[in-house]
Amino acid sequence: MLSFLLKRLFSTVVTVFVVLTITFFLMRLMPGGPFSGEKKLNPQVLENLNKKFGLDKPVFEQYTMYLTNIAHGDLGPSMTYEGRTVNEIIGYSLPVSAKLGFVATGFAMLIGVYLGVIAALNQGKWPDKLCMFISTIGITVPSFVIATLLIYVFAIKLQMFHAIGLESPMDYVLPSIALGASSMAFVARLGRSALLDVIRTDYIRVARAKGLSKNTVIYKHALRNSLIPIVTYIGPLLAAVLTGSFVIEGLFGIPGMGREFITSITNRDYTVIIGFVTLDATFLVLSNFIVDILYAVIDPRIKIE
Amino acid sequence: METNTELMKIDSELFERIPDDKKKTDEIVRPSETYLQDAWRRLKQNKLAMGGLVFVILITILAIVGPMLSKYNYYSQNFRIANQNPSGLHWFGTDKFGRDQFVRILYGARISLTIAYVASILNLVVGILYGSVAGYAGGIVDNLMMRVVDVIWSVPSMIYVILLMVILSKPNHPSADGGMLNIIIAMAISFWVVMARIVRSQIMALKEQEFVLAAKVSGASSMRIILKHLIPNSMGPIIVTMTMSVPSAIFTEAFLSFIGLGISAPQASWGSLASEALEGYQLYPYQLFFPAMAICLTILAFNFLGDGLRDALDPKMRK
Repeated sequence: MLSFLLKRLFSTVVTVFVVLTITFFLMRLMPGGPFSGEKKLNPQVLENLNKKFGLDKPVFEQYTMYLTNIAHGDLGPSMTYEGRTVNEIIGYSLPVSAKLGFVATGFAMLIGVYLGVIAALNQGKWPDKLCMFISTIGITVPSFVIATLLIYVFAIKLQMFHAIGLESPMDYVLPSIALGASSMAFVARLGRSALLDVIRTDYIRVARAKGLSKNTVIYKHALRNSLIPIVTYIGPLLAAVLTGSFVIEGLFGIPGMGREFITSITNRDYTVIIGFVTLDATFLVLSNFIVDILYAVIDPRIKIE
Repeated sequence: METNTELMKIDSELFERIPDDKKKTDEIVRPSETYLQDAWRRLKQNKLAMGGLVFVILITILAIVGPMLSKYNYYSQNFRIANQNPSGLHWFGTDKFGRDQFVRILYGARISLTIAYVASILNLVVGILYGSVAGYAGGIVDNLMMRVVDVIWSVPSMIYVILLMVILSKPNHPSADGGMLNIIIAMAISFWVVMARIVRSQIMALKEQEFVLAAKVSGASSMRIILKHLIPNSMGPIIVTMTMSVPSAIFTEAFLSFIGLGISAPQASWGSLASEALEGYQLYPYQLFFPAMAICLTILAFNFLGDGLRDALDPKMRK
């Protein structure tokens, strides 16, 4: 177990390092620096700016400088927002996105698993077909269409929710649904097929035969084992929630990381882009690492090499 | 003992010659089917998948010939007929510049589908090459090659696509194709890992089988074994993965256009049409409705087709 952990940890660190390197060199390839905006800058000013951010140094030196800074947890200053650091920008936008992402993930897991259970227990009957229909919609309709529909119907026509912002708990409802819809659909499908597999196993038949009620069998015995494939999906799910949030945050006017990321791309704000990608990648690689371990803990049948 | 008495009762009847007309029971009457014929027969029984296939063919043909048949074109503006509701004259209405929406959606189908198809084919080629080499070579080569895949896999491809789009697109010099080539390149660079993984696992499973050994013994080169034996035998999962990669390419294109990194005006794709319509969707919901419907229906059709193909091509994977 320990050697497995160390091995996985090592590959995690290597992955993060490679991602950092790729991102750094991709950024250097970008046409037009952060200071080549609409109005032409005085050459002297441009030179000073380049000097200030170390852009006049050779690429390799910039690279080592950047790595040392990251090792110290310092992602550098923003290049377009005067006097703000990347750490500050992440500091105020991450909690917003994280909260929304958490609610959306919770929504996706709860409703998804529930739909999956209903579908599996009524295999082939109308509740199954309805659940799978909902799940197909969730998979095929892009999140921005769901989001605009939700805003149009519930915020503008019915006036039940605010169209923009995240002030009250009620404001989380629409963006969470829009953000979690596709994941919910996927969880429902995974849950359905996993539960169908588990229901046919011998130990479930034994549990039924010894007289346990149907609900106990389903929720205490079957569901637990059918959650295993869903757990492995949590990593990609977080990915979907993070990347999906670009659109959702834009549409709902939520000042989170997704919106900041898009802004930083239009502004060619190198340091912010690199910082965000670093954070995203680290977060995801770590979550995959945790899922791998969780997987082994939940299902003792899985042997770790 | 009872069994002995049973044995004793063998009639001479049992040793009679079989009449000639009964011998034919062993004969194979049906013509033998190839793998693809077999798959096609199974696919035809699946109504949803066939519906998906018909829709896919229909929308592809419409995308190719549709814009030529209409009397409108996608770029000419006419402000006197701006923002008109759907009517007999303009089936899907007009946009804020008075351009016919129906033609623009057909034209958008051209771009969206071209991007999706070309990106999928590129993924296919790169993924098969990479995956088969890694899977066949095994050992340290495989290990190194798959580490690269792991790294790309571990970060959402959307982030790479966005970064690549930012690098490739030059905002001040819009290209003639509206950025189509850039999207295709960005997707091809970041999406092939899915295919590479599938191909690798298939090849790993197949390469230990006897027919590969037989080929090796008869002196076939590694190249020949991969191209003539291993890849044709992994065609099922490859075709399914490719079908499924089309909707994700359409999704990505729509998403990129949506955040302003995609197709630029006056060119239109489904994604850019939807994002343009978003400004005024409270007043003119139909402008958003039609491109969104086009995206949803196409993705739905490809998903149904992909599910059906999975069942048809690989009965073992059937749930």
